[in-house]
Amino acid sequence: MERRVVITGMGIYSCLGKTLDEVRDSLYTGKSGIIFDPVRKEMGFRSALTAKLDEPNLKGVLSRNQRVYMAEECKYAYVATKDALDFAKLDLDYLEKNTVGLLYGNDSSADAVVKSVDTMREKKDTTLVGSGAIFQSMNSTVTMNLGTLFKLRGINMTVSAACASGSHAIGLGSLLIKWGLQDVIVCGGAQEVNPFSIGSFDGISAFSARESEPTKASRPFDRDRDGLVPGGGAATVIIEEYEHAVKRGAPILGEIMGYGFSSNGDHISSPNVDGPANSLKMCLEQSKMNLKDIGYINAHATSTHVGDTNEAKAIYNVFGDVRVPVTSTKGQTGHEMWMAGASEVIYSMLMMKNDFIAANLNFENPDEDSAKLNICGERTSAHFNTFLSNSFGFGGTNSTLIVKNL
Amino acid sequence: MEKQELIDQVNEVLAEEFEVEVSEITPDANIKATLQLDSLSLVDMVALIESTFSVKIQNSELSSIQTFANLYDFISARMSK
Repeated sequence: MERRVVITGMGIYSCLGKTLDEVRDSLYTGKSGIIFDPVRKEMGFRSALTAKLDEPNLKGVLSRNQRVYMAEECKYAYVATKDALDFAKLDLDYLEKNTVGLLYGNDSSADAVVKSVDTMREKKDTTLVGSGAIFQSMNSTVTMNLGTLFKLRGINMTVSAACASGSHAIGLGSLLIKWGLQDVIVCGGAQEVNPFSIGSFDGISAFSARESEPTKASRPFDRDRDGLVPGGGAATVIIEEYEHAVKRGAPILGEIMGYGFSSNGDHISSPNVDGPANSLKMCLEQSKMNLKDIGYINAHATSTHVGDTNEAKAIYNVFGDVRVPVTSTKGQTGHEMWMAGASEVIYSMLMMKNDFIAANLNFENPDEDSAKLNICGERTSAHFNTFLSNSFGFGGTNSTLIVKNL
Repeated sequence: MEKQELIDQVNEVLAEEFEVEVSEITPDANIKATLQLDSLSLVDMVALIESTFSVKIQNSELSSIQTFANLYDFISARMSK
């Protein structure tokens, strides 16, 4: 019999809240997490817009020798993961005695790299960089730290796939469980929020320049969108084999029905239509579900012209006249990049569990392509049992997940 | 700098960085045990001394610095050169 993969825990640290309840309320009320950051303007940013997120203070929670290896995004991931493990009723004793894996999306750790290089240049003495720099600087910093702090003994790997990292982490984890190689995996995505991490991104004019109206700047699918707003934090999803979860008495929140993926094999930054459409089709095939089974689509749409247009085309190509409600939560959060695929599964789960679809914030006027979709510009009361979540990234990497309510 | 002033400053920066009470740092106490240093955090102690007192401790010199008294003497000798 095929092994089923279920979600047994969730934790999140985002600009919409630091607990699941806070995030649910923010989704419900349509709160924006976006601000204007004067520091970025002083640094020469074209757009100083960003999600607002405070670093968690882990002094007193973790020892100095544990904290020193943690880059900014690790701190977010630690809090999200601790909450997710608690939710799933997995304590340190269990984690030490059983084989629990770790697959987490992350694709940069710029702040640590910049600071250590600055020290080397100024002091010309590598010792002064300190012991934490190497462990903070590597892309795998999150999995290094989480694996150590939570005593994890299964698969331990960072998934670096640009803005689809978090989604691929969950998808790949689901395959490892389905194939019988793991029973429980901590999955997720983390994204640093410091200016260094996205300065070069700002340099290619990818960000919205609507600085006078920060909360209106991220407007996925809207006709007048002018770019994305960077965000971040971390989101953790505990995935588990169904029978294993039942035997353990774990809370069972939903089932991962399908994982689809594809590569565009095209331009490095401009997405196309066929690649995302292929990811959607593969996910639907894997899930063995019909188009009409999907009750909600959480789009990747980041508020860029070409990205949103091509995703709208891809969704329309696959769903046609099956008018499934579509929103992008990035209107509220900005683009949480390496984290987004994981956080948007949690946002969608919270909506599904609470019978609503959060407004696609700032969707005021459709364009030619978004007009063909059923985009919810206002919060909608809706009972749905299955959602589809898209995540696409630079280099043309695409990931799609379908999750069913349990 | 007077020796006692140096000792107080060494104790203060080490206590702050490694999150121990200043009272735990006594001249005869073992540095690694008191500050809970492993091979990695030992590097941080060396870096801290270098950045605070401009005194570089070479790897080959570390074995002779076991107690805080050894460390005070080492720094004091280098600073007076």
